[in-house]
Order: sequence, then C-alpha cells, then structure tokens
Amino acid sequence: MPEFRMPSLGADMTEGTLLEWRVHEGDAVHKGDVVAEVDTTKAAIEVECFEDGVIGELLVPEGTTVPVGTPLATIEPPGAEPARRAAATPASVSPASASTVPVAPESPTAPAVPVAPHDQDGRESAFRATPLIHRIAAEAGIDLASVHGSAPGGRIVRADLDRAILERRGGNRAVVRASGYARRLADTAGVELADIVGSGPEGAVRAADVRAAVSGTEAAAPATDPAPVSNRPSSAAISAPEPGQHAAPQHDPAEVRKLIAAAMTRSKRTIPHYYLSSTIDMMAARNWLAEHNRQVPVTDRILPAALLLAAVARAVRTVPELNGHWIDDEFHPASHVHLGVVVSMRSGGIIVPTIPDADRLALPELMTALRGVAERARAVRLRSSDATPATITVTNLGDLGVDSVFGVIAAPQVAIVGFGAVTERPCAVDGLLGVRPQLTATLSADHRATDGAIGARFLHAVDTLLQTPEEL
Amino acid sequence: MATSLSHQVADGLVRGALHGFDTPDRLAALPGDAPLRDTLALDSLDFLTFVERLSAAVDLRIEESDYSRLTTIASCVEFLTTA
Repeated sequence: MPEFRMPSLGADMTEGTLLEWRVHEGDAVHKGDVVAEVDTTKAAIEVECFEDGVIGELLVPEGTTVPVGTPLATIEPPGAEPARRAAATPASVSPASASTVPVAPESPTAPAVPVAPHDQDGRESAFRATPLIHRIAAEAGIDLASVHGSAPGGRIVRADLDRAILERRGGNRAVVRASGYARRLADTAGVELADIVGSGPEGAVRAADVRAAVSGTEAAAPATDPAPVSNRPSSAAISAPEPGQHAAPQHDPAEVRKLIAAAMTRSKRTIPHYYLSSTIDMMAARNWLAEHNRQVPVTDRILPAALLLAAVARAVRTVPELNGHWIDDEFHPASHVHLGVVVSMRSGGIIVPTIPDADRLALPELMTALRGVAERARAVRLRSSDATPATITVTNLGDLGVDSVFGVIAAPQVAIVGFGAVTERPCAVDGLLGVRPQLTATLSADHRATDGAIGARFLHAVDTLLQTPEEL
Repeated sequence: MATSLSHQVADGLVRGALHGFDTPDRLAALPGDAPLRDTLALDSLDFLTFVERLSAAVDLRIEESDYSRLTTIASCVEFLTTA
C-alpha cells in the first residue's frame, strides 16, 4: 500500500517532526492536497498528496519526531474502504464508510455510547480506533469504553483521548478541541487553550492558532523563550507569523549552519572534484528574452535564470553521465532530471529545493517552478515535491555580480553547474574587437564518475542550447 | 493610469510593493536615495516581484527597458508620477 514518508531536505538530514495533520483517516484526498505539515532543522515542509485516494491510517501522532523515510500515513485507491486491520491487532475494526454511519453528537460532558459497526462480533472492537490510539490509551490508563468518539462512525481520535486524559485529571479546564501538537505548544508557551479561537474542524485549536495567540500576547508582555520540549528539535520554536503568512516555526541559524558545514565537509572529503569553465555568448538569449517579455503580461516574464535552468536540464539529457548518484563505489544514472536549485536565504545560509522533471517543463512552466521553489524556500515552508532528491544541482550567483562560481557537489550527486553574471565583455567578433553580453558557466564534477571530456561535452551542449533560446 | 499620482501616494505605493523584502519599520525608514537592489539584496526574482506589484498597483505596464529608472525609491516615484 502506498505510504507518505517523512521527507528529507538533503543527505545530512536525519529526522523530522510531524507538526500537524491536515486530514483524517478515511478522508478523500486529491493529488496536490496538503495532508500534513512536518518540520525539519532547515524548513517546514508541507507533505503533498502524490495521487488521488483515501487516507488509510495515520501512523505518526502530532508532535512526534521520527527518522527520515518513516511512513507517516497510508493512502488507498479512490473509493476504497479503509483497509481492514489485521486480525492480530487487538480491538481493531474496519470502519464503515463515513457516509453511511451517523456521526455521534458532540457530548463532552458525559461519556457517549460508542457506535457499533454493522459487522460487530466482539465487545472489545466496539471502540473504533487505530492501534496507535489503543496504545496511547493503554499507556495513559484510559478505558476506551468511556471515551466519546467524535469522528465519523463514532471513531475515537487523538483529540478525544486528549480530552479524556484532561477530564480524568480532574482539572477544571474547559474541554477544548485541539490537536496534540497545539496542546504541547500552548503548554510550552503558557497559554490557555480555552482562550484561543480555533480555526480547525469544528473550532478545534491548531498549532497556527496557538502561535498567533502567542504572538498576540507578546505585544503586551515581554516574550520569554519557551522551555525546550523533549523529543523535538530545538528549531521548532514558536514564532510570530509574517503579515499575511501562515505562521512558520523558526529555524535556528546555528543548527542550519551545522548542517551546511557537515554536507560541505563530507563533499570535499569524499569527492575528488574536477573543475571546468566556459564562456557563453548570451546575445541570442538576451535578445530573444527581451522580445518575448515585451509581448507577454508582466506576470509572465521569463528571467535569464530560467533559461539557464532549461539549458542545463536539456543538456544533461544528452550527457547522462552527469545526471545521477555515486553510491557504493559506482555511478547510478537517474531516469529523470530533477534539478536542485541553490537558494540563498535572506537571513544567511542556503536551501536547495528541487524542480522535479525539469527537462519536461516548457520554459514558462520552468519559470513558474523556479519562482515557486525560491519563494517557498525563503518562507522556510516547502512542499514535499521540493524535497525530491535532486539528480544534478545548479547554483546561480549572477545576481550578486560574480563572474563565475565553482560549486561544491551535493553528495551523492556527481555534478554541480555554476553560472555567473551576464556582462558586456570585449571579445573577438568576426576578426575584430567587439563587445557582447557573455557569461561564464562552470562545472564541478566528481572525477570518480566522469572525466573532463564528459564535462566539456556537457558545457558545450549548454552553450549550443543557449544559442537557440526559442527552442528551449 | 487614469490620473497622475502625487509624490506622497507614489512613495507609499513603492514602499508597499517592497513588503516582505525587509521589516515594515526598515522599509518605512528607507532613504529615498538608497539603491534598492543593493540595500535590500534583491535578486532578479525579487525585482520581478516588485515590478509586478508596482504594475498592478498603478495599472501601468512597466517594460524591462524601464528598469534602469527604478533604482531607488525616489527614482521609482519620479517614474510613476511622470508616466
């Protein structure tokens, strides 16, 4: 069965924290829907749905840190009944379709009678809940028979259990619907959940609501650093949302720097780089872009950076020896061209999101993709598709005015392409001295995987493609 | 553009189109003669975003050939009020 997994933002990222589920078990989802938000040392990542289907089981509770690659949830084909749990799992049933089972009325003050499914044949399994809920209940000493299930079909979800645990403590706190992670955030920040207006389903308080409330109270009272919560990276601190932006966890620049340092050190220690550079005439590209941009709306303008990405993506198809990974002492060519794009953060540091299948995108689509990954990277809120493992990376420092940049290869990739600024340079034109717009393209490549001749062929291919920009 | 803009309105539009590239306080305090790309470390994507916002705010198509006139807040205001 297909699964959503904890995404990674690079080979040196080992774990992530599940911040918030945006879906429930049994929900119909479509390709591109955001099902969960996770947090990593470098950025928050919105986990997107990769196909249409029905959410099966949520395997990881909110607020939990798990290793990269850990299954987070299962997804079943559209129209499927959520999978019947294995008989070995105690007290589990196959929930009936939500549309056929009446939702139990909300009655937090008195334990509700659980709704029994049609195919009920054992008393234990009257309590519709995932094995995870059963385990948490067991650990907390809660009898599920006394818990009211608020989900369709009377299923018991995490929020119901949280409520039961609170009630059992005999606290005088009002019963508030909230995600587990929101509760922990509120607890850490010393905010009463009951005072927060929830934006989630049925007014449930979500992590973003807590952050908004915290940032609201910060204006009145000096902020204090929340105490670190165990089992969570220090990066997931509460931060005030940018105006007009969803609140994002803050990422500790020192931790981000450590990750970059580790990745670069490993690259330089393990990869024997060779370096090539080539001067590329940009007259044709510049003229074509200027004409194209004169004819399209301002919002559809294409920048030279997108043209350069398109040239790299297509050139590497003709020189596939540079597109792939060096793993276990051999080169593994990649069947797709997933372009890593180095994005400089405003606060320092870099993030390298990926444009998947860049060689198949038309130029306007590639421009849209480039803007998307750059904006999301700078907002430290990526999508899981941005975390697709890249097959080759591009770094472009032309906007900062450098002539050339020789990048450090992102292992286990075997090449990184660098572009400097397009500048007017004196050069020989038809036997005379002329001035033309030119740029320096570079290649840093892994000498274990390829030799200079391959690299030279690649740079030549990039140059050739840029002379006919209308074909990109 | 239906009517010509006052300098004050144009200045507000320019600073508004820069939102997100620095804190609101620093944008409000940005001197009129500060070079935008260098001061705010704008790359070509950022600058395109700025131009898009400005175009939309004043309902005026800004050509790439006009970019050389959009180097500072003062020069942007000059461009908008004389366009």
